[in-house]
Order: sequence, then C-alpha cells, then structure tokens
Amino acid sequence: MSTRARKATGITLFWRILWARAYPRIVGAWREKDWLFFETVVPLGTTAGFVFVYRAAGAPPEFAGFAVLGGAMTAFWLNVLWAMGSQLYWDKDGGNLELYVLSPGPLMAILVGMAVGGIFMASVRAVTVIVVASLLFNISYQVSSLPLLILVFLVTMAALYGLGMIFASVFLASGREAWHLANLLQEPIYLVSGFYFPVSALGFWVATFASVIPLTLGMDAIRQIIFSTQSNIGFLPVETELILLCFLAVILLALAWYSLRKLEEIGRRDGRLIERRR
Amino acid sequence: MTANYAIETYDLKRIYKIRGPKRKDDPAERVALGGVSLQVARGGLFGLLGPNGAGKTTLIKILSTLLLPSSGRALVDGLDVTKDVTEIRRRISMVSGGETSGFGLLTVEENLWMFARFYGLENADAKRRIDEMLEVVGIADRRRTKIADLSTGLRQKMNFIRGFISDPDIIFLDEPTLGLDVTAARDVREFVKRWLRQNPDRTILLTTHYMAEADELCDRLAIIDSGKLLVEDTPAGLKKRVQDEAMFVLKVAPLGKPVEGDRIEDVPGVQRLAVTDHDAHVELTMALTGEDALPGVLAHLSRRGAGLVSLEKREPTLEDVFIQLVGRRLTEAAGVEA
Repeated sequence: MSTRARKATGITLFWRILWARAYPRIVGAWREKDWLFFETVVPLGTTAGFVFVYRAAGAPPEFAGFAVLGGAMTAFWLNVLWAMGSQLYWDKDGGNLELYVLSPGPLMAILVGMAVGGIFMASVRAVTVIVVASLLFNISYQVSSLPLLILVFLVTMAALYGLGMIFASVFLASGREAWHLANLLQEPIYLVSGFYFPVSALGFWVATFASVIPLTLGMDAIRQIIFSTQSNIGFLPVETELILLCFLAVILLALAWYSLRKLEEIGRRDGRLIERRR
Repeated sequence: MTANYAIETYDLKRIYKIRGPKRKDDPAERVALGGVSLQVARGGLFGLLGPNGAGKTTLIKILSTLLLPSSGRALVDGLDVTKDVTEIRRRISMVSGGETSGFGLLTVEENLWMFARFYGLENADAKRRIDEMLEVVGIADRRRTKIADLSTGLRQKMNFIRGFISDPDIIFLDEPTLGLDVTAARDVREFVKRWLRQNPDRTILLTTHYMAEADELCDRLAIIDSGKLLVEDTPAGLKKRVQDEAMFVLKVAPLGKPVEGDRIEDVPGVQRLAVTDHDAHVELTMALTGEDALPGVLAHLSRRGAGLVSLEKREPTLEDVFIQLVGRRLTEAAGVEA
C-alpha cells in the first residue's frame, strides 16, 4: 500500500460513521426477511384484539384506527428497547464495542447510526402493520396536515431514539441486569403511553408523567393529526405537544451525549469496556 | 512533531478492583501491571512474550486507550494515553486473537468497508484498499461470503485486513494467531512481515505466548510475567544470555521418586531444570554449566532406575531464556489473561 489513507475528521467523520453503522441494519432488514413476518404478525394480533373489543363495545370507528396506530408504533418502542438499549451490551460481548471505542470518531456517531438504521427497520414493520391492518379493518384517515404529521413524527423519533441512546449507556453499565430492565419497561409503557387508546383517558397527571416517554406526546399528536374529524381526544393541543417534543429531543440527546461520555470515562477507569462478563 | 519512540511507558501500573460477591479472605484487588517501563523505537516489530495473566493484554488495552492506568505514564507516538485519546486513536489500530467482531449477515467486503468508514476513509479509497488487501491476504474469492459462514482462520484473516485497512502508524496485535491452524497462522505471519517490509516506518506491538512466533517475527522482544517486565533485547541477544550453558533434552521412562537430598537439581553442574510429564515418558529440559556435567546427570538417573529413551543437545531457545528468568516453562505458567 503505497499512498497514505486520507482520513476525515469532524462532521465528515461523524457522517461517515453514522451511515457505516446504519448500513448493517438497513441491509439486514432485507437480508433476513423472516423477521418481517414474525414482527408483523404478532402486533397485528394485538391490534386485532383491541379493534374487536372497541367494535364490540360500540366505540366510535376512529378507536379502531387508534389501535392500528398503536400496533404500528410498538415497532419503534421495541426497537428502542432491544436494538438500541441493549445493543451496546451485545456489541461488547461480540467484540464490536472495543472497535467502536478504538475508532477516532465519537461513540455518539455510532449510536446515531444505529438509530437511523433502527428507524428504517422499524418503519418497514410499522408501515406493513398500518397497511395490512387498515385494509383488514377498513380504517379511514383524515389527515389535517401532512407536513405537520411528518414533522411530529421526525421530532418524536429524535426524542425517542435520544432516550434509546441513554438506555444504551445505562444498560451497558448495568450489565446483565439490562435484560430485566428492558423487560420491565416493555409492557407498562404500552399502557401509560396510551398505545391503543387516547392517553387523556388516564387523566392529566398520569399523562404528564408518561410524557417523559416521547411516544406518549408523539402518538397523541399523530392521533390528532390523522383522525382530525375526532374532537376532544388530545391530551394537549398538537402545537404544544410539538414544542414539548422538541424540548424533550434536545434534552434527551444532550443527556445521551453526556451519558455516553461518562460511560466511556467510567469504562476506561473500571475496565468495563474490555471485560467479558455475563 | 515526530516522537522519539512509538511507545513509551514509565512505571505503568494497573490494579483491578475485584467486583462481585467474594469471601472475606479473597483479595479485593489484583495487580495486572506492577510498574512497567518500556521504550519501543519507531519502525519494526516489538514483541511481548509472556504466559496468560502476565499483563500483556492489559498493557495493550492501556496503550490503545481502552483502559486507564492506575498510575504511571504511557505515551503512544508521543501522545499521552490519558489525555490525547482522539489523536492516538486516529493513528493506531488493533487486532486480537479469536476476535468475533463485525456483523454476521454482512459480507466480508461490507464489514471491511464499514470499519474503514469508522476511520473516515473515503469511499473509493476504502474500496481500493479492501480489494488490494483481500488479494494480498488471499481471500479475494470470499469477498461476498457472509462472515457468519467463514471458518476461524478466514475470519481472522479478515480481522487482519480490518486492522490494517485504516493505514495505522502503530498497530497492536494481541495474540493474533490464537486458535489458528498451522497454515492460517503462517499466512498471518507472512502478511505481517510483508506489511512491515512495505512500511518500514510503522510499528507493530505483538503479544504472544508462542515462542516460535516471537522468535520469527520480532526485532526486539520483552519478556513479561506477573505484571513485571523481566528483560528486553533482540531474540538473538536474549538467547545469547543462555549461550554459555549446554542445553540438553532427555526423555526418560520411568523417572522414580527422588531421594531426599539427591534430586537432579542437586547434581553438580545442573543450572536449571524443567520437567514435563508425558504419557509414556518424562521430558527433562536442563541447562548445564557444560557438557562435562552430563555424566553426573546420567549417573543420577541410573541410580533412580530411569531408562534413557533419548538424549538431545540443542541450541538455546527463548523458552530457555524464559525458564532462566522465571524458573518454569512458559506453558506451565497458568493464570487468567486480564
């Protein structure tokens, strides 16, 4: 090899790392197609259950749509818990974490790459659930503003995956206990974040508390935008929720950046980055 | 600015706190490095030879910025491992034995591309380097194989490309041929030698517990045991230290129990002795002050009723150096690698 390699620094390096780390997830979504089947069928079953209950109870037709939206959004929550939160833990076990840390870019670029790849993977699943369930249950949508819908979705994802990056640090620091933590968080969030019903039904204080999880406000805002004919279903006005989501995104991403730096510092001091311990 | 040395350490110590449940009398900490001072000149291959648990990996992890020292100082390319972390990482790389990094569903070239991009290489440059190195290492025909389908040897060859693809100034090879078959290990060693011939200004720090590997590859060598650096020299220089002695390997069967005060080590002229039990015989590797000490040894064995299977005089090896320094064979030194 005669010529020296030219290595990017700064933003260019961040960008290259981001897409390099997103690549396995984007490619993986198509290379292992069986996951698409299993991860679509299970939420479809749960969604169908809620749809039948709502119809049997004589709820307004939009409630079936709420259940479909919730079924689709579970993809992102599961992705954040299992493919963001616990990913660094598995990466440590497989030997990738050492190589991430050893490379000259920030760990944050790796995490953002994971998030971009994860959002892509989860979006494929979410879209599949929405399309199949909407056709099956004859759901109709009244979208008040497509740009606003896209904006709310993107800000929700930024905040949600910022939370996922914090989980990644916490899970890595806590080792095997991360497994139990992820299990503990998975199901209750479906309830308190109002995955299958308007979160306002839980009352102001529960909804406020649950808003720490960005999906609570995100789904509530999306629900109000895509079922615009239904009034009084929102916890807060969409604009307020969007502002709060922006605020959450900034806070959570900043916390993620800080916690990753802290994690690396502690890891280097205590030897946790290099240990193989289960 | 060019530093005088590629690697420098000054009284480097690393102490691990032992976590988790333990008995009252268990130690609360373990000394992995007990004050290592070392200077590695720029260019060439420097080896660290020592048994498992000697502190080799701990030293490499500190130098590669994955671990902080408990005390002392370490410089890589003149940069401090505690402060100049990003700049050091831009200049180094690492390959470990038994490495399972990468993503199984990606192909060999996709994995290599991903890691090249982690170092900020341009797309075209990364692909050109991957093509070249796949050819050099001899796995170009596997470029589109998913790495989950690779054998251990092929995977380690890919790991080697991964380590060298970022064009490092200094590369750490931590037991790189661990678990490889003879052919794969030879290919890997050939690759290392070729890379250094083409890039004489680069530095490789190799840890190994294979003496033949250290002897074949290293320009200079340090022997490390129990977190302490015992000696440092060229392989020839190290062997010269035991050159004045006559090295013999005797195979005997059986070797009866020694009589108190009449052990082999007590025979006049026996400097050192290492005993290895085999199924059918016992192997005695001994350093004598001279050939004239041999009859005394044979007489001793005869008194103990030992039948002589074979006797061989041989040139000193690094193993002899290790035995002289540590008092046991390298392979006998047990422990858990940090």
